[in-house]
Amino acid sequence: MHSPRSLVGGTPVAAHEITFDGRELPALPGQSIAAVLWGAGILAWRTTREGGAPRGAFCGIGSCFDCLVTVNGRPNQRACLVPARPGDTVTTQEGTGRADLAV
Amino acid sequence: MPTSPSEPAGRAGRADPAGPSGPATAPTPAPTAAPAAVPRPAAHPGPAAAPVVASAHRAAPARADLAIVGAGPAGLAAAVTAAGLGLRVVLLDAGDRPGGQFYRHPAPGLGAARPEALHHGWAEFATREAALRAHESAGRITYLPLHHVWTVVPVGAAGARRGHGAPATEWILHAVAGHAPEERAVAVTARAVLIATGAYERQLPFPGWTLPGVIGAGGAQAMLKSGLVLPGKRVVVAGSGPLLLAVAGSLAAAGATVPAVVEAASYTAYAGRVPALLRNPGKLVEAAGYGGALARHHVRLLTRHAVTEAHGTERVEAVTVARLDRNWRPLPGTGRRIPCDALAVGHGLVPQLELATGLGCAIRRSPDGTVALELDAEQRTSVPGIWSAGETGGIGGAQLAMIEGELAAHSVAGALPAARLTRSRARLRAFADAMAAAHRPGEGWTGWLRDDAVVCRCEEVPAGRIREAADDLGARDARTVKLLTRAGMGWCQGRMCGPAVAALAGEEGAPDRRPLSCPVPLRHLAELPPAGH
Ligand SMILES: Cc1cc2nc3c(=O)[nH]c(=O)nc-3n(C[C@H](O)[C@@H](O)[C@H](O)COP(=O)(O)OP(=O)(O)OC[C@H]3O[C@@H](n4cnc5c(N)ncnc54)[C@H](O)[C@@H]3O)c2cc1C
Ligand code: FES
Repeated sequence: MHSPRSLVGGTPVAAHEITFDGRELPALPGQSIAAVLWGAGILAWRTTREGGAPRGAFCGIGSCFDCLVTVNGRPNQRACLVPARPGDTVTTQEGTGRADLAV
Repeated sequence: MPTSPSEPAGRAGRADPAGPSGPATAPTPAPTAAPAAVPRPAAHPGPAAAPVVASAHRAAPARADLAIVGAGPAGLAAAVTAAGLGLRVVLLDAGDRPGGQFYRHPAPGLGAARPEALHHGWAEFATREAALRAHESAGRITYLPLHHVWTVVPVGAAGARRGHGAPATEWILHAVAGHAPEERAVAVTARAVLIATGAYERQLPFPGWTLPGVIGAGGAQAMLKSGLVLPGKRVVVAGSGPLLLAVAGSLAAAGATVPAVVEAASYTAYAGRVPALLRNPGKLVEAAGYGGALARHHVRLLTRHAVTEAHGTERVEAVTVARLDRNWRPLPGTGRRIPCDALAVGHGLVPQLELATGLGCAIRRSPDGTVALELDAEQRTSVPGIWSAGETGGIGGAQLAMIEGELAAHSVAGALPAARLTRSRARLRAFADAMAAAHRPGEGWTGWLRDDAVVCRCEEVPAGRIREAADDLGARDARTVKLLTRAGMGWCQGRMCGPAVAALAGEEGAPDRRPLSCPVPLRHLAELPPAGH
């Protein structure tokens, strides 16, 4: 069976864990939070302000802001950009987090 | 080697914003003897000035000869070429590793033994990355990863910002550095700037495109290349453009089942452009390579088809695929369902221009309907002191981006580029234009956009409200629609819905204009000097 790993070979330096809504997820060093969530089969980690619709990563490169998530209590982090650090606590973000950025 | 740029001269004609026939047709100037392109104020300390600490963590020169925004194929090639020609370079990129979109690769910690399995032409990247590291340790390049430049401001010339008046003598680039909560403000000063900010994907919405599991085609590629992950096991790839073939090939090679690649254009449209194809043997081989990979993995290519709806509640479970007419209008009664657990979708790429348009650089319409920068034969924009290379000058691929980066570096240094570079650029540009024209969206695509389908993902504005603004309230452009409906007003600043909103308003697609390139902590804005400084 092919996998991304069988394609590129090698082994990661050292695996670690993060928690998502209380659940422990395996993470590889250098993966973004979105990659860790995808790796665990999780595609949605935010609900929208108006419709409460589930959202996750869309553009994958930091430009759509659909992947916003709360990391260690800080809302509005782009999961596709932020690296998963050992012990990070990630929680589903509902509606607006806190608007402290100028767009 | 022309390491010491002299006084600027002979550039007066470039002070005006270029018209459509302006700089693009300018003759290639005579180089070694020509006036150096980097404007140099009299009191300038010069390339040998002692570096000062410009940020808390890394030393950048007090004034670089050249600041490059973007370390993708274009910016990276430009940086190592410019450093080789003797310039002091600062290279800034929002990402944490060089390579940009094409050479995106896993972090070292992921321990990939064969990162080249995810790319064509890895060697071209590896040699340049090695050169970057060598120039870094020799102090010729200051490479600043995780630095997102949100604005570039001219110094020393009132009016230079809009492309008229006396040319600016130097530029200050303002960046947000690092990840929250440790991000900080960094400013870099340089005598010339190269904008190599690449592109993002063009999205044409359809009902269900906001469901989890529907992701950008390039986004799926990016997540695979950097994080070694897939969005699902059965992934339909859809939209338009050659990137779809690359994405389908990588997803399949990484173990996903790809039931179909759904392409809205017809590859027979290439037939009329065969001369451009034949002049690009490398590209033909690449196309054949994708074809071979797709055949090996039993991937079906459906041309003149589109995904007209994604189905599911918590995530995508199936898509409807319908036939299109020549103008991309879905043909009634041709829809059929394909079960899948993910959809990777994109309709070509859009040049990322806000830094350049903010400086007043002249723009042009590309054959794919997007707006790109108007550049001359030396990669100069219409604003003296500002160069650009790669996708910002029109979507053309990684190979062209690298060549343009090298040409731009020569121009900034006032050096004569090898004739081979100029020839390759002409060949690859012709090819890119042919492809762009073949994949330009037909106007009929809005036929699959039901009124209840969300268009603006951020503000959750459905197509019906935008049509109302256009038809009943008379909005004729994306700006007016935005004021009336909030479409395009959210976090992504219209990057995702812009092309669709423009189409619904009957506009051709406006250039990227955003006051700031990315969200900036308010406290950093306060650190900006007042205009004119
Ligand atoms: C999501 C995506 C995936 C792609 N995948 C492929 C692929 O698999 N195969 C293929 O052939 N082509 C792919 N492409 C096409 C891509 O555009 C390549 O042709 C090539 O990478 C272009 O090179 P470039 O140097 O012009 O731009 P890019 O490679 O896009 O590089 C631009 C760089 O600029 C940086 N940047 C942008 N704005 C700023 C800023 N304000 N401040 C600081 N840094 C900034 C970005 O972080 C990026 O590293 C992809 C494009 C996208 C958008
Ligand atoms: S997926 Fe688009 S910003 Fe993260």
